Amino acid sequence: MPAESDGDPAPGVDGGRHPLHSLWRLRPYLRPYAAEFGWLLLAGLGATAASIAVPLVVQRVVDGPVARQDPAGLFRLAGLALLLGLVEALLIFIRRWVQSSSSMGIEAAIRADVYAHLQRLPASFHDRWQSGQLLSRIISDLSVIRRFLSFGLFFLVLNLVTYLVVVLLLIRLHPALGLLVAASAVPLFLISRRFARHYHAASRRMQDQQGDVATLVEETAQGLRTMKAYGRGPELAARFAGRARALHDTGVGKGRLLARTSARLDLVPNLTLGVVLVAGAAAVAGGGLTIGELVAFVSLQLMLIWPVQSLGWIIANGQEAATAADRVREVLDTPPAIVDAPGAITLPRADVRGRLRFERVSFRYPGSTTPVLREIDLTVEPGETLALVGATGCGKSTLLSLVPRLHEVSGGRITLDGHDLRQLRLASLRRLVGVAFEEPTLFSMSVWENLTLGRPDAGEDEVRAALALAQADFAYELPWGLATRVGEQGLSLSGGQRQRLALARAVLGRPALLVLDDPLSALDVHTEALVEAALKRVLRTTTALLVVHRPSTIALADRVALLEGGRVTAVGRHSELLATVPAYRAVLSAGPPPGATAGGPTPGGRGLVRS
Amino acid sequence: MTAGGPARPGGADVTRWRGIATDPDADRSRAEDTSPEAVARLRARSRVLLRDLLRPHRRRLGLAVALLLGQNAAAMAGPYLVMLGIDAGIAPLRAGDPGPLVAVAAAFAAATVVEYVARRGFLTLSARIGQAVLLDLRQRVYGHFLRLSVAFHERYTSGRMVSRLTSDLDSIAELAGGGIDSLVLAVLSILSVAAILLWLDLPLAAVTLLAFPFLFWLSRWFARASAAAWRRTREAVALVIVHFVESIRGIRAVQAFRRESRNERIFATLNDDYRRASLRAFRLIATYSPGIKVIGNVTVAVVLCYGGWRVLGGATEIGVLAAFLLYLRRFFEPMQELSQFYNSLQSATAALEKLAGVLDERPAVAEPAHPVPLPGGPGRGAVAYRSVTFGYRPDAPILRDLDLAVPAGQTVALIGPTGAGKSTIAKLLARFHDPLAGTVTLDGVDLREVADAELRRAVVLVTQETHLFGGTVAENIRFGRPAADDAAVEAAAQAIGAHDFITALPDGYATEVHRRGGRLSAGQRQLVAFARAFLADPAVLILDEATSSLDVPTERLVQHALGTILRDRTALVIAHRLSTVEIADRVLVLEGGRIVEDGPPARLAAAAGRYAALHRQWRDSLL
Ligand SMILES: Nc1ncnc2c1ncn2[C@@H]1O[C@H](COP(=O)(O)OP(=O)(O)O)[C@@H](O)[C@H]1O
Ligand SMILES: Nc1ncnc2c1ncn2[C@@H]1O[C@H](COP(=O)(O)OP(=O)(O)O)[C@@H](O)[C@H]1O
Ligand SMILES: [Mg+2]
Ligand SMILES: [Mg+2]
Repeated sequence: MPAESDGDPAPGVDGGRHPLHSLWRLRPYLRPYAAEFGWLLLAGLGATAASIAVPLVVQRVVDGPVARQDPAGLFRLAGLALLLGLVEALLIFIRRWVQSSSSMGIEAAIRADVYAHLQRLPASFHDRWQSGQLLSRIISDLSVIRRFLSFGLFFLVLNLVTYLVVVLLLIRLHPALGLLVAASAVPLFLISRRFARHYHAASRRMQDQQGDVATLVEETAQGLRTMKAYGRGPELAARFAGRARALHDTGVGKGRLLARTSARLDLVPNLTLGVVLVAGAAAVAGGGLTIGELVAFVSLQLMLIWPVQSLGWIIANGQEAATAADRVREVLDTPPAIVDAPGAITLPRADVRGRLRFERVSFRYPGSTTPVLREIDLTVEPGETLALVGATGCGKSTLLSLVPRLHEVSGGRITLDGHDLRQLRLASLRRLVGVAFEEPTLFSMSVWENLTLGRPDAGEDEVRAALALAQADFAYELPWGLATRVGEQGLSLSGGQRQRLALARAVLGRPALLVLDDPLSALDVHTEALVEAALKRVLRTTTALLVVHRPSTIALADRVALLEGGRVTAVGRHSELLATVPAYRAVLSAGPPPGATAGGPTPGGRGLVRS
Repeated sequence: MTAGGPARPGGADVTRWRGIATDPDADRSRAEDTSPEAVARLRARSRVLLRDLLRPHRRRLGLAVALLLGQNAAAMAGPYLVMLGIDAGIAPLRAGDPGPLVAVAAAFAAATVVEYVARRGFLTLSARIGQAVLLDLRQRVYGHFLRLSVAFHERYTSGRMVSRLTSDLDSIAELAGGGIDSLVLAVLSILSVAAILLWLDLPLAAVTLLAFPFLFWLSRWFARASAAAWRRTREAVALVIVHFVESIRGIRAVQAFRRESRNERIFATLNDDYRRASLRAFRLIATYSPGIKVIGNVTVAVVLCYGGWRVLGGATEIGVLAAFLLYLRRFFEPMQELSQFYNSLQSATAALEKLAGVLDERPAVAEPAHPVPLPGGPGRGAVAYRSVTFGYRPDAPILRDLDLAVPAGQTVALIGPTGAGKSTIAKLLARFHDPLAGTVTLDGVDLREVADAELRRAVVLVTQETHLFGGTVAENIRFGRPAADDAAVEAAAQAIGAHDFITALPDGYATEVHRRGGRLSAGQRQLVAFARAFLADPAVLILDEATSSLDVPTERLVQHALGTILRDRTALVIAHRLSTVEIADRVLVLEGGRIVEDGPPARLAAAAGRYAALHRQWRDSLL
């Protein structure tokens, strides 16, 4: 159903830049391993030199001691071959050992940084980006980059060096034939360049499609109950099949591209070998070359087959790493929009009186043209509780989210005790504000950890008090008490239990400012009354902003503000507003629905809903 | 943050923050026990799975192998022809006869062309097969995840599901992407080189064979160690993904509660565990592969000595020794690739084991093998619970011996304190779970015997947690009935009063709702979920606190619509706001999993029970 990759507003970062630009920019991560890279390159070259030397020794054996009937020389040279062989293996061992630890270290370091960065990107970023896309970057793409760092890059360098050295040796052995072999680099280069271009596009497409698949899987897991409730398994399976098939098609296309190129690349050394055979034979016949030399020449030349054969694979790997780096960079290059201003201050809890003021605050969601909030002027006095009331979708939750700066005001300012919130350090501000969201957000970890989300240092007593206040003592009755892991999203708890835990979390540690979004909506009347009574005691001394839908909860508030069409149209005591503001009365009143008579939508029965 | 993360003691901290799961099998599918028998069984299962996946491609695989044989034959012919050219072509050439050399060169050219065609054909074909297998596997696993019960998903977690379908499949794709050809080629070239070696010089070949016991011993050590290491890696990466998915999903809470730094520490531990696990696996191959090299190189030196000595003694010709040594390199070189492939295979097998474990899991709430059709087609909607006992854990029942009969067409309001078991009753009717004892029936048929498609057409549950999928508003409403046209979608929205807010959105019904419907307010999401349920048009509608985030007038509007819509269907309405009760024919008060009051609202209100008290309280709170 949804457009593929829609949640992925891929910024056009590579405006004409070199395809390897992003990969190049990851080099700071290589810096700690510079010495290792040097060593492993040396080891690799050494190993290759050893492996090149072996056929040379063999040639010497064949042409020398064996031909000259010299057993001592034979064993000496064979000993040399053995030594070279052992050195080669040892160097390979060193190289791979070093390589694995450095490339894993780099991968882990990038991953940690991307994760840390993602946590700092604002809610508006996460609203738009599918988490499957983020996930595929942090897992699949990074492993592609790691593979390039640990194999592709190394073999690229190694094979180039091998190629050069072998060609030089060939030229030394026989200049004319050697130059012929050297000339075969031209077609190799042309084929590779063409391949790289095509493969780059395919590789990016594939990675994006992998992200789409991950997104759908994640969404399915989250929406599993909805899927089950409607029996929409077949539809989701069909949707998944579509995405998996797209991935399949790209994979097949990539495979075809690689097959074509590999075969072509392979053709080059083979044809060269054929030419060398004919020309070499002629040279031997003409007396310009010994048979031993020709054998050595050919066996050296055979060493070029592997570097060339692997070239296609290395280029593919390199292009994949390049596009993966692009994708990782897209995340890392997104600046966190909400950060500490220069010179931002820390406000100690003890110094906070708690006067919260909205001054001509307006807000519009990024990417949207119409403001959700306009020119909000509102003051909450220290210790006062202000309730926000308004129709569904009028902007109450949005207003609350501005206080802990989950979103940034588009105009005007919010002050706490006269300090613009933007002049406070984020951590300091958020430490002062306790939040309960409309939908309780719980994580699959222990109840304790969920409660002390922002205060890992909270003590036993504080937690107990917060739980008591939220009437959430049931937590102690869970199988392992507070150490019990709550299911993912808290789904192993009932709705009311989740909401009470979220409330307990908000009030834990007595924050200076409480921001509660419809905190009692999932509670039954009786529990609601108990929580209200307890909350009231806390609210007497704490500045609080709460969203309220039910008249019963409004009793918690000292004053009420009515939000209509993004503006505050009335502020005052509940009873005042009730008496003087008809719109206020209407939004709380359980009278007959206005739409039912006033030409609004006519609710219909089965017949109407059917097409 | 760099260079491998801080050195933390790993494990201990991780288990502490995660808390103790109530289910011992929480972190794996049931098949993934850690006992040796279970490991062996799973390995066997994964082999069966692999065979099963490859079966439909038998013929293409045969063709691929044929191409590969062709390629290999051509590639092997190369050096042989070169040597032939040197041995047999040069002497006549010296004598002025280029004929033999030209013939050899022509054969060489032909071999090259064959190699090109066969290689290209093989690589294309194997990519096709590999991708087809992956597609098949992906769809199988996804489909199976859809069939598995809600209870399974609750303990398995979405992150792990994502991990299976992304990272694990990546490991398998890596194998399919480049491994198989190197395997077959390596094996083939080893075999053919072995034949050539035997043919060239038997005693020298016999010396070469001495390497095999060492190779075998080394490989067995590697196989055992790396299987375990890769298994660990799969588990470690799953934990990274689980944590990542969850913390990104709850990013608002993370930020509002300054959870970032602790999350980073936790992530660093998990990330580092993963790094270490993979490092272990890579170090094994970093040891194994040079180990093979040592064996190969020692063998070359030995053959050189022995062969040289034989030439000296006149037992062999110098050309034979030269050729033998040339081929000997070709004999051991593919073993490097083979070891590499073996490593990828181990990694893919570990991933395949995880997938096999999932596929092995039997859906606890299974589709009936022989479904009983509901009488009267789509169902009329008579619901009955017959001595139903249910608990999420068998030792802690939530409902005990519950009996409840709801005649078709009745609207029942279910009220009671949070945690009383209201949602549990609803979930049983939607067959998210099956009762531990007793039955839930629809029109007299046990739900366990109703085909899933039929059940879902008849019964729809709007859960407490509204979930919207990425896509447009219209698409989300249409989720209720995919065949519905735009007019029907709008009519459904209109019926519950969502039309106005939807048309006010920038693109109306075509507005993208973003991830999980984040573009909409919570109340708006509930309205969309409501419209979806109405569009689905079931005989039995279950509403679990479906209006909790709405303002009072909107809720009233929805109630009013409900009054009309529910007139001819069975409905189970769970709500804390007693306004719902006004449209109900019957009220049930639930406490501690038991129905303590049952009757028409008016009668209960007049009595002196709990409902009457609640009702009074509620009336007083109204304006
Ligand atoms: N991420 C977003 N992007 C764009 N618009 C949004 C976003 N979130 C909410 N809105 C819109 O802003 C308005 C206010 O939403 P919200 O503050 O959640 O309302 P409520 O008063 O019900 O809490 C709604 O009309 C909603 O559609
Ligand atoms: N998925 C679950 N796994 C384990 N326990 C659960 C699960 N869902 C609910 N529970 C427990 O079952 C009891 C009843 O929950 P529920 O039926 O959701 O109550 P409510 O009446 O509020 O809807 C609660 O104690 C809750 O903790
Ligand atoms: Mg809201
Ligand atoms: Mg419930």
